[in-house]
Amino acid sequence: MTKDNHLKVEAIKNGTVIDHIPANVGFKVLKLFKLDDTAERVTIGLNLPSSALGKKDLIKIENVLFDEQRAKRLALLAPNATVNKIENYQVVAKLPVVLPENIKGVFGCANTNCITHVEPAVESHFGVFVKDGDIQLKCKYCEKVFSREVMTEQA
Amino acid sequence: MPNPLYKKHILSIPELSREELELVVETAGQIKAEPRPTLLQHKVIASCFFEASTRTRLSFETSIQRLGGRVIGFPDAGNTSAGKKGETLADSVRVISSYVDAFVMRHPREGAARLASEFSGRVPVINGGDGANQHPTQTLLDLFTIYETQGRLDNLHIAMVGDLKYGRTVHSLTQALTKFKNNRFYFIAPDVLAMPDYILDQVKEAGMEYSIHSTMEEVMSELDILYMTRVQKERFDESEYAHIKSAFILSGQTLEGAKDNLKVLHPLPRVDEITVDVDSTPYAYYFEQAENGVYARQALLALVLNEEI
Repeated sequence: MTKDNHLKVEAIKNGTVIDHIPANVGFKVLKLFKLDDTAERVTIGLNLPSSALGKKDLIKIENVLFDEQRAKRLALLAPNATVNKIENYQVVAKLPVVLPENIKGVFGCANTNCITHVEPAVESHFGVFVKDGDIQLKCKYCEKVFSREVMTEQA
Repeated sequence: MPNPLYKKHILSIPELSREELELVVETAGQIKAEPRPTLLQHKVIASCFFEASTRTRLSFETSIQRLGGRVIGFPDAGNTSAGKKGETLADSVRVISSYVDAFVMRHPREGAARLASEFSGRVPVINGGDGANQHPTQTLLDLFTIYETQGRLDNLHIAMVGDLKYGRTVHSLTQALTKFKNNRFYFIAPDVLAMPDYILDQVKEAGMEYSIHSTMEEVMSELDILYMTRVQKERFDESEYAHIKSAFILSGQTLEGAKDNLKVLHPLPRVDEITVDVDSTPYAYYFEQAENGVYARQALLALVLNEEI
């Protein structure tokens, strides 16, 4: 890391750093994990220079550790992001960001006539698959297929 | 070994295999040839229509009674706890399924039958239609009727006409026919009601051919099956409807040049998309198709509730 970058993004002692988020997706990630409503210190970098992406967003969250489940959900928004676990200012683990096979209870079904909207006993449940390079989600209940964008826009 | 449909939920056509579809078709033929009045003896089956549907409900209930079973249920949600007291579907299913051997249901929301299958204990759920999503027994009776009239479910030339965008019947039937071999599809619809891309993709993925046409006449001489559906007036403004309507109405004259084995099918009810002069031609088979609904549903219920038949 260059000195220049150091000055722009403050280091954290313990927590999680999500790096390589595509530019303009950072706020969606915050919303997805409800980090826009937390008492912990969150540092956000938007439109930072990136050799791989041109521009990227970056999020540092103090005292919050991401598990694999969260990393899988993150994959829907930012499949090339990296998730670093920080302890005592050091990166102690990198969580793999891989697409989940299923995603439960995160997004409501975009089909307003889907039974999941009126039945409290079930949570939304989507199968995740890639078709022609695009990530798609298929509702287990109403069987409708949605693009990743349609679902994550509401996150 | 129990038959593969024994105790199985019947929710959606794509999850049934070719072998399972053939088993229902074969069994329907056997029951039509030789009635089996005791296959559901001592069984009680729920027929719960959270949304009214006269034909489907009466067809299911006739099927149950013809096999010696008994029916409980309701024809619409109006006077039920679900409709009146706001009981959830999950709770309704939990309770009613504890009374019965199988649970037949129709519901206005998509996904309702799958949800029900998660709350029915081990009682099989049979989807009689969930919103715009699936109506698998309609497809089973369509397949049975095609098999009965053509002697096969492979190597067929099938045209689908009318509302191919919103019609779940034509979607499911196409999906089912892609499980067989070498079927050829002709899709004939107004542009705004064209077959959705995801169904066209499935036809392609199955290695089958399809083409899109604007009139029935141009393909009539190729066809084994002409599957008609209704173009609903409400989907167009008046002048637009007047303009497109005639292309999607089948009359005796439209059938000129058809092959002898052609059969015209329609899920019914028809309004004016098949003129009554077609009824008396040897091609008309939609009323027999409706009757076949009883045999196809008998076959399905018998297979779901008997290890062997």
